[in-house]
Amino acid sequence: MERPDWAPVGVDLEKPSAARVYDFYLGGFHNFEADRRMGRQAVEMWPELPQIMQANRAFLRRAVRFLVSCGIRQFLDLGSGIPTVGNVHEVAQEMAPESRVLYVDHDPVAVEHSRSILMDDDQTTAVHADLRDPDSVLADPAVGSLLDLTQPIAVLLVAVLHFISDDDDPTAVIRKYTDAVAPGSYLAISHASADGQPARAIEHVGLYHRRTSCTMTMRSRDQIAAFFTGWDVVEPGVVFVPLWRPDPGSPIEERPERLTGFAGVGHKP
Amino acid sequence: MTTADHASPAQARPDPIDSSQIAQLAHDWTTLLEATSSTSLSRPEIDRLTIRLASDLVLAVAAVPMLSDEPQPSSPDDAGLRTVGRAVGTALVNARFTSAATVDGTIRLLGERLSGCVPMDTADQDVLVRSRVAHVQGAVASGHADALLEVVLVEQEQIRRADLLARERAEQALRASESRFRSVFTDAAVGIGVGDLTGRILDVNPALIAMLGYRLEEFQERSVIDFMHPEDAQESWADHRDLVEGRRETLRTQKRFFRADGSTIWTDLTVSLIRSDDGRTWHQMAIVEDVTDRRRLQDQLAHEASHDPLTGLPNRTLFLQQLTAALSDTRPGAGVALCFLDLDSFKVINDSLGHLVGDRLLETIAHRLAACLAGSGMVARMGGDEFVALIRWLDDPAPLELLTGQLLEAVAQPIPLEGHQLTVSASIGVAQAPAGQASATDLIRAADITLQRAKLEGKGRVVFHDPQRGATQVTLYTLAATLPGALDRGEFGLRYQPLVDLRQDRLNAVEVLLRWHHPRFGVLTPDRFIELAEETGAILPLGRWILRQACAEAVRLDLPPDLRLSVNIAVRQLQQPGFVRDVLDTLRETGLPPGRLQLEITESAVMAAEAEGPLAALRELVELGVRIAVDDFGTGYSNFAYLRRLPVHDLKLAGAFLDGLGASGPPDPAAVHLVTTMIDLAHGLGISVTAEGVETASQAQLLKALNCDTAQGWYCGPPTTLDAITARLTS
Repeated sequence: MERPDWAPVGVDLEKPSAARVYDFYLGGFHNFEADRRMGRQAVEMWPELPQIMQANRAFLRRAVRFLVSCGIRQFLDLGSGIPTVGNVHEVAQEMAPESRVLYVDHDPVAVEHSRSILMDDDQTTAVHADLRDPDSVLADPAVGSLLDLTQPIAVLLVAVLHFISDDDDPTAVIRKYTDAVAPGSYLAISHASADGQPARAIEHVGLYHRRTSCTMTMRSRDQIAAFFTGWDVVEPGVVFVPLWRPDPGSPIEERPERLTGFAGVGHKP
Repeated sequence: MTTADHASPAQARPDPIDSSQIAQLAHDWTTLLEATSSTSLSRPEIDRLTIRLASDLVLAVAAVPMLSDEPQPSSPDDAGLRTVGRAVGTALVNARFTSAATVDGTIRLLGERLSGCVPMDTADQDVLVRSRVAHVQGAVASGHADALLEVVLVEQEQIRRADLLARERAEQALRASESRFRSVFTDAAVGIGVGDLTGRILDVNPALIAMLGYRLEEFQERSVIDFMHPEDAQESWADHRDLVEGRRETLRTQKRFFRADGSTIWTDLTVSLIRSDDGRTWHQMAIVEDVTDRRRLQDQLAHEASHDPLTGLPNRTLFLQQLTAALSDTRPGAGVALCFLDLDSFKVINDSLGHLVGDRLLETIAHRLAACLAGSGMVARMGGDEFVALIRWLDDPAPLELLTGQLLEAVAQPIPLEGHQLTVSASIGVAQAPAGQASATDLIRAADITLQRAKLEGKGRVVFHDPQRGATQVTLYTLAATLPGALDRGEFGLRYQPLVDLRQDRLNAVEVLLRWHHPRFGVLTPDRFIELAEETGAILPLGRWILRQACAEAVRLDLPPDLRLSVNIAVRQLQQPGFVRDVLDTLRETGLPPGRLQLEITESAVMAAEAEGPLAALRELVELGVRIAVDDFGTGYSNFAYLRRLPVHDLKLAGAFLDGLGASGPPDPAAVHLVTTMIDLAHGLGISVTAEGVETASQAQLLKALNCDTAQGWYCGPPTTLDAITARLTS
């Protein structure tokens, strides 16, 4: 069948993608020239960006370890991006080999990559879906086959909610997921914020808006804390990312606001 | 781990190494790594790594002097050093310490600090250690570089492959959606067309090709604008302009389009804007459904709702709309006239020639009236044989006398129908008012009353509304308005007039007479309202009620078994298909024997009875024992011929015949002869005769002498109640 010349063309894969730029910040090489160009430009404007991403990555690692220690063996990682060293399934399975992880991302390249590296792991799967559409995410056959929603799970929204604008009503999106999970489940969130470095944050949002199809929404600590409404937020609450249960022996972060962004973990009563 | 394996034999030896120096080195190394590369490892984790790596390096550098006092430049230990160094470089890359700054700092740190961790007794040893440090530094750098290159290549390949897979999958999805779309486009029953924003047509589906009759190439040579119908107002396409200019996303409307053969179709049209991913407007897509038939049906229904199916004239609904519009004309000098027109003898034609002929007559009249007023007014059919002309004017009042005269003339022209040349006349009542000074109701009422007056004044004429005479007209109008509900309100009652057998001088029957106890006008006799009842059809329920009521009263009062009830029956009753059943039901339910019932019908009803239905009805009733009398004989055609064919028992001579029989004076011989002849003729046919309007004993004597069978009139007794009749019979 001949393709009509007026039909809309496919997705443009040459654009920087948030997932690949994130990989670049973390020193990975799962990225293209366009991603690196944008990443370098962003770092030039905001030199701490790699450390911010690193802090998020470290939070993810600490949170997963915490959750495994709380008995969680199922993880739903929404907006998982490009799997790099220190991924959820690696961290979790290191402590509890039976842990199961479902990665969800809307970046088709990230998902394909995840699938290729997870090919031999039948406890871990990646799904291509838009987390803003919880109904279709939860209806994905992989959810049913991999996760048991009658048992507690951990829903991870790490460094992703700031890509969901208020128009898409993140509160309602989160509610759909949290309604679907069993009592005893956990919700982990880290989120960019302008609270620490307002000027740079705004500049960064503008760059994202111009260069990727993503828009970024910085939110205040109170707004981020409100995502946990109805959940018991575990100690130490919603705090600057490096301050969330730092590893014993780590040096105290002198200026945590430098790595602007907040993190927290909630427990479903 | 290779570094650990390599390190273990060294640890078995006595250890001269200063572990606090190693710890210090590791600590500084950790600080360096954290500062120069991205890692998600926690500080303790990095510490563990650097302590291990630092130990490996120190042991490797220190190992040789411990093993052999005679250094050999290319001993196997050089290979060991190299292995340890490369493993350290690889370990750094594996832990994501990949930056150039990390390599830079690490090499420098090892150069400055590594030798200090190894105990050196001699200057030779010092030289040797420095050389080994340099050696291991190189190995760390090359190990790091190789490992990094490997990681880069692997990850790049991974991401490229993922990219390819993702593209392939996206294209598959696109192809699938395109082929789905293609089949929707191709197989859809609705027409679909796609154009660019300038209106140039790019593609149309087979349904649209079939709908408009152009070939695809012909579409592609044309613009959307070429298909717009000129009669669609320009502003109705304004929405479309808004759409192509991106101010609205979609529009839905009904539009006409030209087909290739020049004909016009009506369509239900939906036009949507197609936007590209980045939101730019791209194309317009039209979905076109042919609603020509639906539309035609709607038009037809609308026409039917506002027009009379028989004549095609506007009906009452449309007339009222037009009248209301005419009366709300605010221009000074605007005026309105209503001409109510009613055929004078239509009922007779319908009754005698049948409804089909009547309908054809109405059609002809309707066309004539409409032609007559073409250009000067509107003619509507109000129902039955009633028409109304609505005439409007501005400034100069319309020449109403001329126009209404023309209308009468148009009606009066002979109408050839089924071999007959029918001639009918009409009466017209005219009411007029300046626009805005009368309500539709008032004007209609005035015209209606005036029409009734025209008919009373002799038919075939035009009467203009005279407000002075309004009051008397109101009576008729009020009667017409109050008649329909009068039966339900119990306003009717019955009276009974004696019929006397002249030979036996005995009361042997009563004629049932109707009275209307009108709340406003008192007791009314049938001559005031029966014509109205026949015209409106109220006669049917009224007739049924009379029959039932009379039979029931007669049975209840236990009258003599041979006393007959004579009940008047209207033509329309006789024409009702269920008439016989009605009569039989009534007799059965009331218990009156059929032989005691006589039905009086008029001459015109008798004529109408020549039609199949009524005649059969009469025969059926007669066979059951019901008697038939012809009422008012002698006022119409007085045709004896038909009496032979009809089952008639009694002839009631109209009162006019008795005028010459000398109520007060000697009888007129001619009148006597006429009555004698009629009585003889009737008797010759086996039909008895009743004389109506008998007022004196001498009249009664004379009639008896002439062999007349029965008398009715003041001499025999006025109409009265059945109780009074009973009293008279028992006295």
